[in-house]
Amino acid sequence: MGSVTPISDKDRIFTNLYGFQEPWLKAARQRGDWDDTAKLMQVGQDAIIEEVKASGLRGRGGAGFPTGMKWSFMPKEPKPGKPNFLVINADESEPGSCKDREIIRHDPHKLIEGALIAGFAMRARAGYIYIRGEFIRETEVLRRAVAEAYEAGLLGKNAAGSGYDFDLFVHRGAGAYICGEETAMLESLEGKQGKPRLKPPFPAGAGLYGCPTTVNNVESIAVVPTILRRGAAWFKSFGREKNEGTKLYQISGHVNRPCVVEDTMSISFRELIDLHAGGIRGGWDNLLAVIPGGSSVPLVPAAEIMDAPMDFDGLKAVGSGLGTAAVIVMDKSTDIVRAISRISYFYKHESCGQCTPCREGTGWMWRIMERLRTGDTDVATIDKLLDVTKQVEGHTICALGDAAAWPIQGLIRHFRPELERRIAERTARGMLEAAE
Amino acid sequence: MAGQGGILDDPEVRARWEGFQWTAENARKAKEIVARYPEGRQMSASIPFLDLAQRQVGAETNTQGWLPLPVMEFVARELDMAPIHVLEVATFYTMFNLQPVGRFHVQVCGTTPCMLQGSDDVFKACEARGLRKGHTTEDGLFTLTEVECLGACANAPMVQINDDNFEDLTEESMGAVLDALARGESPKPGPQIDRQTSCPEGGPTTLKKMAERNYDYRPQWNSATVGEGA
Repeated sequence: MGSVTPISDKDRIFTNLYGFQEPWLKAARQRGDWDDTAKLMQVGQDAIIEEVKASGLRGRGGAGFPTGMKWSFMPKEPKPGKPNFLVINADESEPGSCKDREIIRHDPHKLIEGALIAGFAMRARAGYIYIRGEFIRETEVLRRAVAEAYEAGLLGKNAAGSGYDFDLFVHRGAGAYICGEETAMLESLEGKQGKPRLKPPFPAGAGLYGCPTTVNNVESIAVVPTILRRGAAWFKSFGREKNEGTKLYQISGHVNRPCVVEDTMSISFRELIDLHAGGIRGGWDNLLAVIPGGSSVPLVPAAEIMDAPMDFDGLKAVGSGLGTAAVIVMDKSTDIVRAISRISYFYKHESCGQCTPCREGTGWMWRIMERLRTGDTDVATIDKLLDVTKQVEGHTICALGDAAAWPIQGLIRHFRPELERRIAERTARGMLEAAE
Repeated sequence: MAGQGGILDDPEVRARWEGFQWTAENARKAKEIVARYPEGRQMSASIPFLDLAQRQVGAETNTQGWLPLPVMEFVARELDMAPIHVLEVATFYTMFNLQPVGRFHVQVCGTTPCMLQGSDDVFKACEARGLRKGHTTEDGLFTLTEVECLGACANAPMVQINDDNFEDLTEESMGAVLDALARGESPKPGPQIDRQTSCPEGGPTTLKKMAERNYDYRPQWNSATVGEGA
């Protein structure tokens, strides 16, 4: 097991996280990016994939699938007319998540260098970075950084002197959460509505334009050059077994100083908040609950989260998940039912409408959540709602249905007495009014 | 999106926009965009083309732009697509306006992380100045839209106005931003409190050297020293 104590600056990958310094090539090179990239690639495609596997890197977009293994699914000898593609998911839209934005606008060359190395490793001729539509200024930075890389010979023919040809394009979306789902992203990139595809076939078999494709999150790609420079063992030395590496945490909500920060995987929630976010607003006794991995994961009540390790397994053990490590903190002033109901509204708004359980279910669940918020219903409705969440979960093409169901399940699991209290109060008030 | 009611096709709109063509500058950009995609895959450019067209309409009307039906038909012709496919795309993505919007498109995030940090107050500042959700003010200056998470949660609450974010808002600072825009000024985007991007307020807890100069940490990679700033 690796260390779970907070890391020191020398072990941070994203050293320009806050944009104190320039994002451009010259400054990035001074920080160590693009330092003899060709040498990193010389070891060959399979050796790179093995090194990434050995580092323990798991996908940073939320699902946590081992990155190196994902790359190994790509055909080693692309067929003529069927080139391999790398698609980088910069659609960052999961409420609470705001890390890829910082990489793109402050450390874009880590992403671009990572794209070349990853593209080479999976034998892709070209890569597309799909960035969310609302990241307008971020796209401007990224495009300029890509243009700089081309100008310096780091992309295109014989990229970075490696002997490998690799093109990288930036494609900006136009506002749709669902495009963060990998097959919806491919549809969108092909110029259509972002509606998820049925799997199989998986993208590694038939993805973009029907060609073999791997979709990776921005952070997963951007950490790769540093992993290769410092070695798999270095990356693996942080965090608990099967949860290794460093991680960008995004802390929002009721902390004294919200922020984005890189630290070790498996850091305890308490340490993360005290060290970087100035503690819980009003002190630890004032903590109500936390959504530890972005809006789609169930909330965790204060007592259970306080000393939980912030990693895939640690948060699974408390009935939630690490997701994107978007930590939404709620203190005791929070109207917890409204907080979750607003998430239900989000999923209703973002359902692509393709599958009936999701299209109809997200709207229905939100309407019932609003009645629970005001208590304008009866106790049996709670069970009916829970039942409907189970009907939606697992019955849709993509995971948006699950993502809409889990926050409600978490609320009912942990705050049922609060829901019942609101109903009882409202009922009593109604009876009083009727008697008058 | 502004104007989810449907697609307008009235004779006046058609007469106004029937002859829509790229400006010389946008024709050059359009060429550049299509070149990003493989031969025969020009449909991939549907989103960038609609964005470019909406911006051009905006420039021509001194607003944030929208997509009149003849403009979408123009995009369809440019990309050799059936018009219905372009309409499908335009109606699916929230950033495409199907009805005219104002000079400033005020898009307040109302999703949970912003809600927890006071997006209600941000809306209050808007309402106090006559902005109403889904409407454009009578002077044509502001259109207010409640949007879903814009991915700046560590700087909540926030608003995107045209191409810029204004973050770490209060009712007062949101009011100040709107008032400045109404006066024709350009308020500074980003955090509206004393803070560097998503760094903790009051200064970084990590990477403090970077605040001073472009520090290279590589010489310390193999040292065993631990601790902040080591």
